[in-house]
Amino acid sequence: MRLTVFIALRHLLARKRQSVVSLLGIIIGVAFFLAISSLMQGSQKDFIARLVDNSPHITISDEYRGVKKQPVEDEYPGALIELRNVKPLTETRGIRGYRRIVEGLKRQPGVRASPVLSGQAILSFAGKDVNIVLNGMVPEDIRDITTIEEHMLQGSVDDIIADRNGIAVGKALMDKMSLGMGDNITLASSTGQVRVFKIVAQFQTGRSDYDETQAFVDIKRVQALTDRSNRANTIIIKLDRAERARDFAAQLESRIGYKAVSWQEASEDITSTLVIRNIIMYSVVSAVLIVAAFGIYNIISTVVMEKHRDIAILKSMGFRAGDIKEIFVIQGALLGFAGLTAGLPLGCLLMFALMQVRFKPPGLTEEISMPLDWSLPQFVIAGAFAFFAALFASYLPARKAAEVLPVDILRGGM
Amino acid sequence: MADILLKTENITRTLPGDVPVTLVRGADVEIKAGEFVVVTGPSGSGKSSLLYLLGLLDHPTSGQIKIDGLSTAEMTDDELAAVRLEKIGFVFQFHFLLPEFTALENVMMPMRRLGKMTEQEMKARAAQLLTDLGLKDHMHKLPRKMSGGQCQRVAIARALANDPMLLLADEPTGNLDTAASAAVHDIFRELARTQKRAVVAVTHDMDFAGMADRRIHIVDGKIVKD
Repeated sequence: MRLTVFIALRHLLARKRQSVVSLLGIIIGVAFFLAISSLMQGSQKDFIARLVDNSPHITISDEYRGVKKQPVEDEYPGALIELRNVKPLTETRGIRGYRRIVEGLKRQPGVRASPVLSGQAILSFAGKDVNIVLNGMVPEDIRDITTIEEHMLQGSVDDIIADRNGIAVGKALMDKMSLGMGDNITLASSTGQVRVFKIVAQFQTGRSDYDETQAFVDIKRVQALTDRSNRANTIIIKLDRAERARDFAAQLESRIGYKAVSWQEASEDITSTLVIRNIIMYSVVSAVLIVAAFGIYNIISTVVMEKHRDIAILKSMGFRAGDIKEIFVIQGALLGFAGLTAGLPLGCLLMFALMQVRFKPPGLTEEISMPLDWSLPQFVIAGAFAFFAALFASYLPARKAAEVLPVDILRGGM
Repeated sequence: MADILLKTENITRTLPGDVPVTLVRGADVEIKAGEFVVVTGPSGSGKSSLLYLLGLLDHPTSGQIKIDGLSTAEMTDDELAAVRLEKIGFVFQFHFLLPEFTALENVMMPMRRLGKMTEQEMKARAAQLLTDLGLKDHMHKLPRKMSGGQCQRVAIARALANDPMLLLADEPTGNLDTAASAAVHDIFRELARTQKRAVVAVTHDMDFAGMADRRIHIVDGKIVKD
């Protein structure tokens, strides 16, 4: 065994109680760090997974990202052009040639796409009117592209396929309007068209605003209701590899011109919030380990103070300042290593205990357990932080120990 | 003429401060192999300070120290530590054994640091040194389980561990009774005569001083008699 390790180990073993106390600090710190960071990371991953699963990976809308160039600007690039009294062209909103775009997308491996025509409509029932968002979709695609089928309480997408006048509405809306399955409701659009739909399915996502305002019907019925034949104002895309969405959306947008927004872009504000949440979380859990590191600093500082005479003797024997520093840094490293070795399994136990906590969030019919991230980086981060905190905590007193001048101690009359 | 192991040339040590204190003034000392030298003088006369300078634990403010023909003036702290490790052994008034280690481990400590022997060889040499000093039955004891005299003998064994050519002792019998003091004296004389090591001991004990080959008397930091 290396001499400095041998001496460091003896110093620690000679002060078993102090060493155990500082070790406990590290063990508890590592365990809490691991459990809390795993819980936070797990919830973040779960949140992102839900975000990715429940939303389209890419949404193509009938908008352009920038202001459309005037033809004259293309004709005279770089020239100073002044256009006066430019008025926007009145046109029927929608994605031109959406069928061709969707078919092109569907031909690509790992890509599923479906057109959507969304629009506002007024639902009238029993003398009550309420504004809702009608999502007109190809019924055969609904199951493939959305997760609404998973949230169905009664009926299914098949009922919309079977009855093209069928509509799926949220439970909250049904409760609000005192609607029941099989009821006929009247929907009126802003163009004045009126259609009757039959409630064939009821869903509950758990998001009250969504459940109260959204409805799913056959796209053709929405086209007729809004007087926008052969139009879709959105194309929603799901990819087998959701992480490709940003690049794929950029390629798509450059090719077709319409604005294509990936789920990453759409949820940038949420992901930046998650980053802030992570910073806060790591600051809090790091504080536990920093307190533990102070414990180590305290112990090793005390040992250095008590060991001044021994340090002087070791130096008089021929030990270099570097050897002395090494002895005390190794003590910190040993405490850090022992702390993480015991702390990580304890953290696993804590994580396991947290996983046993089951609860039923609103909107879900089944109980779920706390989402925990068991991936290797969590363990590496917790272990590395504890180890380096212990190392740093021991380095400061170790440096002081190395600076001890033996003659000062010996002259002190000891 | 015997070899000169250590030579100081007009060394002075002054502690800086508002009122500088000169501990050693212009000391010229030559220590030869096989000599048993004692340094005497009143309290605060600079005996220990001279010893620390001879042992390269302190740096002279002026003058230079040569050990085994090599000037130490330009040596770094690490180089001085290396010289101490190989060529010098220290014994202090209090034994200063490392309390967490047994007598055997204490003696092995300088050997382990030097790293020239195997673990078995180190163990054998440490055991032999302790046996030679009458501590055969105490080598696995911790310092707190031994008497002051036994600890001081362990400290002597530790000082001799790397076979140094120079043994420096600061009041080695200061805490010992008469019998233990006599034993330490015998050990030192033996080391000087038979093993041809140089032994320099600071002492107040006139009986101890009387048994040395040579006596350096120091007053107010200056060598007044050699």
